[in-house]
Amino acid sequence: MNRVQRRRFAQATAFALLAFATFLILAIMVGIISFVASQGIGAISWEFLTAFPRSGMTEGGIFPAIVGTFYLAMGTTLISLPLGVFAAIYLVEYSYQGRLIRLIRIGINNLAGVPSIVFGLFGLALFVRHLGLGVSLLSGSLTLAFFVLPLVIRASEEALLAVPQGFREGALALGATKWQSVYTVVLPTAVPAILTGGILALGIAAGQTAPIIFTAAAFFTPRLPDSIFSPIMALPFHIYVMASESAHFAVTRHLQFGTALVLLAIVFGINITAIIIRSQMRKRRRW
Amino acid sequence: MSATMLTVKELNFYYSKTQVLRDVNIEIPGNEVTAIIGPSGCGKSSFLKALNRLYEIIPGARVTGEIIYNGGNLLSRDVDVVGLRKEIGMVFQRPNPFPKSIYANVAYGPRLHGVKRKELDRIVEESLRKAGLWDEVKDKLNKSGLDLSGGEQQRLCIARCLAVEPKIILMDEPCSALDPIATAKIEDLIYNLKQDYTVIIVTHNMQQAARVSDKTAVFLTGGKMVEYGETVKIFENPENKIVEDYITGKFG
Ligand SMILES: Nc1ncnc2c1ncn2[C@@H]1O[C@H](COP(=O)(O)OP(=O)(O)OP(=O)(O)O)[C@@H](O)[C@H]1O
Ligand SMILES: [Mg+2]
Repeated sequence: MNRVQRRRFAQATAFALLAFATFLILAIMVGIISFVASQGIGAISWEFLTAFPRSGMTEGGIFPAIVGTFYLAMGTTLISLPLGVFAAIYLVEYSYQGRLIRLIRIGINNLAGVPSIVFGLFGLALFVRHLGLGVSLLSGSLTLAFFVLPLVIRASEEALLAVPQGFREGALALGATKWQSVYTVVLPTAVPAILTGGILALGIAAGQTAPIIFTAAAFFTPRLPDSIFSPIMALPFHIYVMASESAHFAVTRHLQFGTALVLLAIVFGINITAIIIRSQMRKRRRW
Repeated sequence: MSATMLTVKELNFYYSKTQVLRDVNIEIPGNEVTAIIGPSGCGKSSFLKALNRLYEIIPGARVTGEIIYNGGNLLSRDVDVVGLRKEIGMVFQRPNPFPKSIYANVAYGPRLHGVKRKELDRIVEESLRKAGLWDEVKDKLNKSGLDLSGGEQQRLCIARCLAVEPKIILMDEPCSALDPIATAKIEDLIYNLKQDYTVIIVTHNMQQAARVSDKTAVFLTGGKMVEYGETVKIFENPENKIVEDYITGKFG
């Protein structure tokens, strides 16, 4: 092979490898979805979506788990979004960008790498036991909020950093205080991007099992939660319970996949909402 | 002719360790247009940022010396910066209207400073008229300021600045992003502004400095102000050979 041929060969090989990796990912994703869909679609019915489980979870529906997951996701967002946004404002707008801030950033990034079960144990120790909140919607939301907090902070930071410096200078030059410039110009400009990050975090929270096992989840509740101190059912935990703890795990196969399918649909729905908001926002942005 | 508005004494400007202005002394007269010219990087923008203390938001930036305004040193610690920036407004090189409506852009400053709601309509109209933009936008005040052309955006920024009723207006190359027609409009505007305001304008365009300004200050690389005086004299008969070379385009 001469040099030109060698170069062409290298080019073709690299291209083939990259294309292979991309299609492999796509294939795995399609594989998972179609497998879950084909196994679970038979279980889906109006009753499945709207009824309580019956006969030791071998019959009936998953309504309380859907509601529980919805409440958990809402609670997580209500707690993590304000906290994360305030932290990001401090990090981006207020703090002197020195060594301490670098340390805090490293801390936040490391927090994102902590295994979710560790958050679960932390939540059990702090919220359930120490603060006496018990196994409850509130404890679970708090635990999940801490779990997604690094993501929310990072998304909010990126959103704030994307606001042109000219907006800040313009506001300050008109006699705005720092805080006025933040809440009248910088924050409103960053809100769509912050919301996108918040919604993605919501999708991640909805799918978690480990952080809620000890802090919020119940095998079965005869009623829907009536306060933030009630234990709740949730989709990921429901799957886990049916698949591993129940004596009838073989009988409930189709119900497990049906539940997984519902969970997948919810998470995808949430992510697609975030993607739509983001693309709308890009279309409208003109600075 | 007119009373001195700002007296700059021994002004030095640093970004961390790097000094970008050295011992600058200027007396800027009221109700006149003063042009600041000089090669890129000689510290013109930094000079303006010292005048309204906008340098304070840049980490590591620091100044020494005095700038006397209203009988006090505006650089001193106990000056109320917010009040100062109300009186010394600024128009930037790149038009930077907020992503809000035209009306909200102009009303932004007055709202911050607690002007009553029923006064706002009048202030917005007056400011837009002064900036020569009223006729173009009076039917679309609720449209986003970002929908305007570059030249209109810059006049919107001027109107936004006028709405807080400053005494001094700092302009940092306000026309550098604009075409000749938009530039001509802004130059006319600057010429009219000096009846009510003191204008300090940084520009790279010699003809522009000659057209709009009464006084001109020439800064050179290294951050020294080498010559300051009547614009006519600076352009026709400068004292320094180096200024003549700069103005005739031999360097810079
Ligand atoms: N934020 C900053 N941090 C560090 N150095 C800076 C900063 N801003 C400007 N400088 C440096 O200070 C010097 C003066 O900058 P300045 O922007 O005041 O120049 P200028 O005369 O306005 O130039 P131009 O005509 O290109 O706008 C330059 O050498 C520049 O590199
Ligand atoms: Mg400049």
